[in-house]
Amino acid sequence: MGYSDKVREMYKEQIKGIHDAGIFKQERFIHSAQAADIEVEFPTGSSLKKVINMCANNYLGLSSHPEVVKAAHEGLDSRGYGMSSVRFICGTQDIHNELEKKVTEFLGTEDTILFPSCMDANAGVFEAILTEEDVMISDRLVHASIIDGIRLCGAMHDTFKHSNMGHLEKKLILHADKRLKVVITDGVFSMDGDTAKLDEIVELCDKYDAMVFVDDSHASGFIGKTGRGTHEHCGVFGKIDIITTTFGKALGGASGGCVSGRKELVEMCRQKARPYLFSNTMAPVIVAGILKVLDILSKSTERRDKLEANTKYWRKGLTEAGFILKEGNTPIVPVMLFNAKLSQDISKDLYDEGIYAIGFFFPVVAKGQARIRTQISAGHEIHHLDKALDAFTKIGKKYDILGKTKQEIIEMYGL
Amino acid sequence: MEEMKDEILEYVIDEYIEDEDDEITYDTPLISSGIVDSFSMVSLKRFLEAKYQISIPDEKASPEAFDTVNSIVVLVKEFIG
Repeated sequence: MGYSDKVREMYKEQIKGIHDAGIFKQERFIHSAQAADIEVEFPTGSSLKKVINMCANNYLGLSSHPEVVKAAHEGLDSRGYGMSSVRFICGTQDIHNELEKKVTEFLGTEDTILFPSCMDANAGVFEAILTEEDVMISDRLVHASIIDGIRLCGAMHDTFKHSNMGHLEKKLILHADKRLKVVITDGVFSMDGDTAKLDEIVELCDKYDAMVFVDDSHASGFIGKTGRGTHEHCGVFGKIDIITTTFGKALGGASGGCVSGRKELVEMCRQKARPYLFSNTMAPVIVAGILKVLDILSKSTERRDKLEANTKYWRKGLTEAGFILKEGNTPIVPVMLFNAKLSQDISKDLYDEGIYAIGFFFPVVAKGQARIRTQISAGHEIHHLDKALDAFTKIGKKYDILGKTKQEIIEMYGL
Repeated sequence: MEEMKDEILEYVIDEYIEDEDDEITYDTPLISSGIVDSFSMVSLKRFLEAKYQISIPDEKASPEAFDTVNSIVVLVKEFIG
């Protein structure tokens, strides 16, 4: 038997190692729809606890929006549950085509291709459009899915220091001899909540004849005046060659992603991207839901405006309470604690107070940069934020970290 | 030789060190310590090739050969002749 006791023991030992390192991930079962108020079973087997969700990517509060749910029901009734096919055999319905056109219009690009997830879009896009003659130059803090896509591609890869334009320019000069150059960045960086300097990146890429790639998963739907994304925020709408984004966050939160950009690049993905060619089409029910999401967002900026106001309220409240935050203006608001154990202890205490927020530490973030990452939603009302602020303040006092500097917190708790 | 060591050390500091408080020397392990990840070796190899007008075959650009400034100098000298 291949799976012998010896093999089983080997894996048990590896899993124990993950436990011992304090990085074992455990799911918490949510017994309600995704929203600001949720009911959670944690630890497994315990009675349900009502908590305020401060860690979802549900930025626009559309995950359980009645109009979206209704549209999904209608899609289920009219187009069925599944397609049992990849796109290019018999898995493309009229609504898949309609969604690709609507996304193109929303993002201000030339064409769009849907993928089962943005992880798949990032995994497939580079290999489809680049060869050994080319170079990919990525920000050092891009998302893990981009790293995987880069690894699957035969083109040369290099990096530039996070958001360091001087360093990026040096790299563009170093690789001037390559056939194609692609500069790769996240629009909004998921751990720090900071925004890429897309205007400067576009300018440098124009100067050195490089293409621009942006993963706007933490921006599509709410960053920029009308929520089109980081390119709108930075004044370079229509100038990005490749945008990848997800429908699994602000845009309804179900699943799916896309590559949107120059027409020929999208066509190359349709012909060559392996996650598109070899995985199932997006379920009609999800496509119908996303169409409604885009409809809602194209009619009004009310939701992203509320999100912006909530974010300002939350940042101001935490700052006045005396917490150290990562600078930024996105709904990703990291509360810096520096020490890994402290981030876990505070997360646990917040949960006891009815606030669901997760602590992150190395290797997810750099050593000595442990934090609680809070994420604000248009689904939050002021009373949610006030209750969460009260809980953060109470726990902050317990650990005596309010009004303390980074150095003082490190002296108290270590790195 | 000394000049080359300093040029390479300066490049490594400029390229890979994010925290100014981190100090590295000619013998600091770069790859095995995680200061330089295997991805980032590309730019180091390209820098050496451009700076010293050499071509380093991929099979020679191993993590071991790139692990310290001293070992990099040995590698570069092999190709300068």
